[in-house]
Parts: sequence; C-alpha cells; structure tokens
Amino acid sequence: MDINILAESLHPLERKAIPHLKNKITDKELEKKSGLKNAEISRVLQWLENKEIIKIKQETKEIICLDKNGKNYLRTNLPEKAFLETIKNNPLSLKEIESKARLDKQELNISVGLLKKHNYIELNDDKISITQKGKDFLKDDSEIKFLKSLPLEASKLDKKILKELSERKEIIKTNFEKTKVIELTELGEKIIKSKLDENLIEAVNQDILKNSSWKDKKFRRYDIKLPVPKIYPGKRHFVNQVNEYTKRIWMDLGFKEMTGPLLNTSFWNFDALFTAQDHPVREMHDTFFIKNPRSGKLPDKKLVNYVKEVHEGNSDLDSLGWQYSWDENEAKRNILRTHTTVLSAKTLNSLKKEDMPLKFFAVGKCFRNETLDWSHLFEFNQTEGIVIDKNNNFRHLLGYLKQFFKKMGYEKARFRPAYFPYTEFSVEIDIFDPQHQKWIEIGGAGILRPEVVVPLLGEDIPVLAWGPGVDRIMTSVYKLKDIRELYKNDLKQLREIKIWMK
Amino acid sequence: MTMIKVSKKELIKLIGKPLDDETLKDRISMIGTDLEYIQNDEISVEIFPNRPDMLSCQGLARALSSFIGVKTGLKNYKIQKSNKQLLVDKSVKDIRPYTACAIIKSLKLNDEKLKEIIDVQEKLHIGIGRNRKKVAIGIYPSEVISYPIRFEALNPEKIKFKPLESNIEMSARDILEKHPKGKEYAHLLGGKEKYPIFIDSKNKILSMPPIINSDDTGKVTESTKEIFIECSGFSFESCKITLNILVTMFVDIGGEIYSMDLIYPDKTYESPDLNPRKMKMDISYINRLTGLNLSETEVKELLEKMGFGYENKKVLVPAYRSDILHQIDLAEEVAIAYGYENFIEEIPNVSTIGAEDPLEIFKKKIVYLLTGLDLIETNTYHLTNLNDHNEKMDNKTEVVEIQETKSSDYSILRSWMIPSLLKVLSENRHNSYPQNIFEIGSTFKFNKETETGVEESQRLAVLLSDAKTDFTHIKQILDAIFLNLDLEYSIEETEHNSFIPGRVGRISVKGKNIAYIGEIHPKVLVNFGLENPVAALEINITELFKLINN
Repeated sequence: MDINILAESLHPLERKAIPHLKNKITDKELEKKSGLKNAEISRVLQWLENKEIIKIKQETKEIICLDKNGKNYLRTNLPEKAFLETIKNNPLSLKEIESKARLDKQELNISVGLLKKHNYIELNDDKISITQKGKDFLKDDSEIKFLKSLPLEASKLDKKILKELSERKEIIKTNFEKTKVIELTELGEKIIKSKLDENLIEAVNQDILKNSSWKDKKFRRYDIKLPVPKIYPGKRHFVNQVNEYTKRIWMDLGFKEMTGPLLNTSFWNFDALFTAQDHPVREMHDTFFIKNPRSGKLPDKKLVNYVKEVHEGNSDLDSLGWQYSWDENEAKRNILRTHTTVLSAKTLNSLKKEDMPLKFFAVGKCFRNETLDWSHLFEFNQTEGIVIDKNNNFRHLLGYLKQFFKKMGYEKARFRPAYFPYTEFSVEIDIFDPQHQKWIEIGGAGILRPEVVVPLLGEDIPVLAWGPGVDRIMTSVYKLKDIRELYKNDLKQLREIKIWMK
Repeated sequence: MTMIKVSKKELIKLIGKPLDDETLKDRISMIGTDLEYIQNDEISVEIFPNRPDMLSCQGLARALSSFIGVKTGLKNYKIQKSNKQLLVDKSVKDIRPYTACAIIKSLKLNDEKLKEIIDVQEKLHIGIGRNRKKVAIGIYPSEVISYPIRFEALNPEKIKFKPLESNIEMSARDILEKHPKGKEYAHLLGGKEKYPIFIDSKNKILSMPPIINSDDTGKVTESTKEIFIECSGFSFESCKITLNILVTMFVDIGGEIYSMDLIYPDKTYESPDLNPRKMKMDISYINRLTGLNLSETEVKELLEKMGFGYENKKVLVPAYRSDILHQIDLAEEVAIAYGYENFIEEIPNVSTIGAEDPLEIFKKKIVYLLTGLDLIETNTYHLTNLNDHNEKMDNKTEVVEIQETKSSDYSILRSWMIPSLLKVLSENRHNSYPQNIFEIGSTFKFNKETETGVEESQRLAVLLSDAKTDFTHIKQILDAIFLNLDLEYSIEETEHNSFIPGRVGRISVKGKNIAYIGEIHPKVLVNFGLENPVAALEINITELFKLINN
C-alpha cells in the first residue's frame, strides 16, 4: 500500500501512539509514554496490526507475588527465624519457645521440622539449643530480601529460595500476566520515519463548511472494513409479522376480517357448531373453563331452541342429531375459545341474505388446556376462513386452501379425509415443507354441516370453512426446535431474528 | 384421540388381497383414518370418533377391503334365532333405560383374541359409550347362563355378587366403594335409588352395568364357545349401533350370530337388528356439493366402495355406521370413495371486497409508530398467575380465573398489560440495555352488561428500561403517540401502588380516563428482580379508538 495513503488513514489515536513505537516495546510501556488510556491502547494496537504496521506477540509472564502468610511474615518475621530468636542466648523447652515466639501449633511444627532438617538446632534433655549453623542462618536475611523484592518475574528471582518458599503454605503465589510485545514491520519502520501530515480533517462540521477549509485539506481516510458497534431497529414480533401477512393474503383474496372476544359461552364455541355436549373436547382437561363468571347469557330463544332441536334430533332438518337431552346450562358455560370458528358461527348468525356471496377471515389466538412443553402450547394461532355462496362446492374449498398455502410459500398441499363434528366434508390439510423435505399436518377444513348453517343463517347454503394453525409454519420457517420459543420474548432473539420476507 | 394397533398380517388376511406398505399407508390415510406408522408387523392408526366401527382389526379390514375394491357393497349377515329372551323390567326406566343384546356361537377364542376383544370393548366404552355413561358393554359366557335373562333395577341392599378381579362376594355398595372399577365408575350411579342388574332365571347376577360383571357368570375365557352380549345405556340407537359393531366383528372372527327376543314392557324387538337403514339421496345434491358430474351408476359404485348399498334410489346404510346423520354425510362418503386426491381444485370467479377490521388497522398504526421509535414488540400469554399479576405489582385487581388448569403458573386472565411486560424484562436481565418494549394485547375485566360477564379490551403497554430511564422518556413516547394521532390529552397526578408516588399520572381524553403513566415503584422492580429503573405507560386502545371515532 502507498505509504502516503496509509499515513492519511491513521486515526488521531494512532498518530499519538506512532511517535513512541519501537521494537520490543510492551503495551504497558506504550501506555505510559503516549499518555493514551488503557482501552485506547488496545484499540490502537488492533488497528495498527490490521494495517500491518506492527506485529503483536502475546507474552505471558510468571509474576511472583506475596500471599497471605508472606505479607504477615514480612511484617513480623518468618516463623523459623522467630523460633531461633528465642534461643539465641539460652536453650529453652518447646513450650517456652512456643509462648515466647508467639507461634501457633502448625507454625511451631513446621519450624521444628525445618530447623532440624538443616541441623540449625539440637535437642539436649528437654531443652532446645541453637547450633553454629543456626546462628549463621539467623544472620542471613536473604529470604526477607526476597519477599521484599516482590512482585517480580520468576526468572529474576533466586531459584533455591523460590522453590523452598513456594513449597510452604501461602507465603508466595504466582500470577500470570499477559503482555503484548510490539514488533515493527518493515512498513512500520517506514511509517515511524516518515513525517505525518498533521493537517487532515477529522470530521465534517459546521466550521469546515462555513470557512471552506475542506477545499485545501485532505480528509483522514477511514478503514471502512472495521466492524462497528451493533444497533437494532424497532421491530414487530415475528409471530405478528406472519399474522399480518396471513391477513393480507385473505384480504387480497377478497375476504373481510372477523374479530371478537377470546372468552365466549360454550353455546357459540360448541353448541352452535353441532358439537355434542358429551363430546370429549368439552371436558375440563381439554378446554379452559372459566371459574368466575362461570356462565354467560344465551342468545335469542329462537336460535337456542333450534340448536337444541338439532342436537336432540327432532328439528325440521332431515338429520338424526346426536340423540341426547341438550342442557341449556351446559351451553351457558364460559370458556376460552378453542377455535376461531366461534367467530364464523357468530358471523353467520348476523348476515343478511341479500349480501351474499360473502367471504370472511380471522387470524387469532385460541386456547386448549395443555401443559407447556417443546411441542405443546396452551395458546396457539389459527387462521379462519368462511365462504358463503350457494354455488360453493368441495373443489372450491380445496382451491382456496391451495391458493392460501401457495402464497404462504408452500407449493404442495394435500388433502385427506378427516372428522370434525361441524363439517362434512371434513379435510385434513398437509403441506410439503421443502426445507425439511417432509409433509406437515397443518389443520382442518370442510363444508359446514346443515345442522350448523341452517339454525345460524336460516338457509341451507354450503359454507366452506377452514381453520388451519399457523404456528407450525412459523416454527418451520424460523427453524425453532421448541414451540415455546415463539413466545419466549428473548430480546436478543427478537432483535436478531430475520424479518418475514413475504 | 383413539389409537389402535393391528397386526399387518392379520389385516391383510382379512382384506383378502396382498398389499405393499406404500399402498397400505396411502389407502389407510385416504379412507378417513390417520396412519401413525407401519413398523414390521405393527400398524398404528388413529380412528376418528365418527367411525367406531373401525376400532377393531376386523372393522378396519372390512372398510379397507371394500375401499380398494376387493369386497364392495353392503355386507349381508346371517342371523339365526336362538329363541332365548331378555326381559327388560320397567324398573330400569329412570335408571338405565335401554339395552340391546345378542348371542354369538361357534367361537374359537385364544388369549390373543380375548385381548383384542377387551381392547375394542374399552375403546368403544371411551368413544361411542362416552366413558360408559351413554353405552356400557357386557360380554358373558352363554354356557353358564340360564335363560331368560332379566334387566332390572334393585335396591342396592339386594345386590350381592362376586365381581371380576375379586375373590369374595361383595354388596353393591362395597363394590362402588372398594372395587377399583366400582370407584372409577361409581359417579355414573350417583343419586340413584336403585341399581341396574342383569340377572338370569336362576337369580344369578350377571353384572351390574355400567360398573362390572360377575366373576361367576361374566367371565369369558379361551374355552368359551358361546357368548351373550348386551349394550345398555341412555340411547337405544347408540346401544344398538354399538351391539352391531360388536356382532359384525365377531362374525369376522368366526362366530355366528343368534338373535334374541328383547322384550320391553310395551314392545318386543328381535335383537340384533342388522337391517340397513334406508336413506333417500338426491344425485344432484351430491353433484352440487362435490362439484362433480356423476351419473347414478357412478354414485352407486362409489357408495358400494364405502360398504353401502344402493337400490331403488335409496341408500342402504350399514347397521354398524353411527355417523350417517344427514344426506351430506352420504355426499362425503361419495367424495372419499372418489378420492380426495382426484378432485381438481378451483377458485370460483366470485367477486367480493376484502377488508381489515378498523380497530385492527388502528392497532397496526400504533405498532408502526412505536417500532419507528426503536421499540421492540413482544408477544406474551393472556394467561398468567396471581403472584406475577397482583402480588409482585403490590396491586390487587379483580381477575377472571380459570376453573382447572394444568399449570398453576397460568391460572388467571390478565386485567392489564404492564405485569406481563415486567415479566418479560425480568427474563431478559442477561441481555443488553436499553430494553424498550411494547405490546398491544387483550385484557379481561368483569362487566355484567356483556354476554359472558367479561369485557375484553385491547391495551397497549410501553416499558422503557435503562440505567437512566425516567418519567421524561416515557412521557416523550406518550406525546409522540398523541401528536401523531392529532389528539390532545390531559394528565393528572394520581396514586397507584405499582408506581412511585409523585411520578404517576392518569391520562384522560375527552374527559375519559384511558391511560396510566409513571415510573415503576422500586419494590415492584425488586419483586421482579430488576436492577434498572422502568418507566411505563398503559393505554386502553379499544376506548381510545372509540373516542376518536365518536
């Protein structure tokens, strides 16, 4: 690289450091000499290395420091020395030494062992006396000097004393200190010799623009490849991004949105949808029943009676019904909706014949009494659709569904016979996930039964209906192995997750 | 969900034509059952509740054999007369009013077969029998019974027999209190003064339905050649269909059906009755719904693939099918026989105008504003618990409770949003700050005026948290929202336990309170384990939207 261009790209901090660079200088030395802060030094060295001005070698130094006991002994004395001091003139018994030297049992034992080993003391009767060798040792203060010199690199210390002291309890310890040693490259040698242009413009500001000084100066060049601190945009939750897109598909296909409460009477959620009161889905372990207020109100008598007759099998429809005695109180029970089909039931009940044909959709949360685990949630997203048109047929149902999933990114959808109490025909939808090369079961669809449509709408019209779940599409697209991650609300995940691309 | 496991070898033998695994998988999926897996000889299939007749290997094979064209059309079953009787006493009328019965002879049972029968019986109990409430099934060795049998209700004191799985004779009360099956099903006889029993002419008790059979007269073994079956319950139709499912299964096992005289106080039936139900069918109705153009002959052939008969413009519905309630059910049978995979999808050329719900549009606008302010949208559960929602907030609000929940962490419905979002912050302490979040969600409050007694509102919560977050920051958000809505608000100091006194306000628009704003109280922060201040805002979006549009 051209040395001038390189010089122009130097950051002000680098300019401060460069005059102090020389071979073998350490980061700490450079910090002292340049007056840069510690954090600045490490950034500068990183930049200079990126520019191939310097090479950095990491060196780890073994630094010997005082440990807990070492600090104490430096203040008082080494225990074996204190021991010898007491018998410098007269032999004493061990007990006397102990109290005079103020040593604890452990220190006393270590001292005796050590002093005996080197023949610094002798034992006569029960008295202990000092030897000549001991006297010499007492005068020798090399260990104290050693301790006073700390902290110091291990290589600069007396090996014998180091070995002895390091074998003893908590007198010294070793710290490993990381040092960066700088070596100038060929380019570096050139840079420190060249004269740096001090007149570069650092930032565009109002002054520069006013006085036009930028016209005869150069700008400092940036290293545009350097990484910058991360920022994060405000963002819709990814589940809502998918829901928003789902809504748009239906609107593009001419569907109008239905909304409504999550808490409903069983009447709308089950009875109006021809789900027998003893159907297992209506049991506590499948559905969230409300404790308080336990029950709600039923709609107008005419509708309620019709629904009752249809269930019991004595309506004017040519249907056997479910052959049991329908209970109004059961229908009044409040629950959290188990499907968005509750919205379709209410919508059907509100329509005028002259407005048909009509298409409606809903996207929303539904509930089932589940224990949370990696594959189960008690709240899930469903997308609902109904088409009310006297010319409807089964092929149309499959047509709308196929189109929807195509727009969701699934070219292949297949339909299997299924069973739901409120539809006939009933369809289970599978879509082919090209990413994982497998079929995913996505939910149900069908044509609403006359037992559902006639009481609500007042006319026997084939109503196409569907309510596939979308959570499995989300977990597949976002590659989530655990379905709970949809609602984990981990901000790192939300900040970094890819936006929905449709 | 009812799963059954059948032997592939047995199934193919019964179908009467060798099939490879792929074909078998495909056909099981396309007949209206959900194939779980085929592994070696074991096939696992989910049977939907509308087809209890497919709960046995025999029933499944019968349907498949017809579906793939081996043995199509209505099956004819030979019924011989046993000349034996079952007398239904009027005393059962309010206790367990109905029963249907049959005798099967020439059976060759083994241990495996017995297990299969018990398994099917249990699955029928759970499904069509609604845990024995609607229908309970009893199967007895006919050889030890002295006919006629009586179905009557007696005072519990008079009922005493040795139940299955017991070594001693027990009274009816003891059975309900001490016997495992008694305890499990005692609630089905709860409040009854008399209990129903089947009893033979020598006054030996056969069983006490829907609880348990007698060990002496109600235990079928490998050596049993002849059985008596009864189905008792509250719907004669369901009893008959359950019986028909069982007797047709026994024919496929190798038995022969013998009918009995079923004598009610007012009427006598010959039971079982396997005569097909006749239903009228309109070919044009079928074509209209399927979107096909089938001739009468084609419809007839398709119905035969599903095991139905067709003669004189009438459909003959097999006596074991419980799910054909209406003509539309026949249309679906035709469609399944035609093959869902063979339908050509079509989007009709019908023009309708799409539209988004106005409140949803408003919510979306608010979301765009807030994401433009670098806020992250969260998505929390509607269900929470009193500890997070009230205790930690030091704020008692009335909440809507769930009756029975599988996790006590999720036992109430939230009445406001801020607790849910504080919980989010408490779970994100390891992530970098600032943490500025928001969410619009449904909240639940009592209101007697509504259909359910609960009013749901959409509420927006905004929470800002960083080392130096304070009231100014959250008020800036509030101002930005109202500026962009071109709406004025007024703010009054208020008191709220969850906020710092002197730093909490109530926001009203056109005289209506619609929001809270303030700095969250340190005790609340500590309760959530938070180490940074939090400034928060909560607006009732439903109300705000109403005010704007009035």
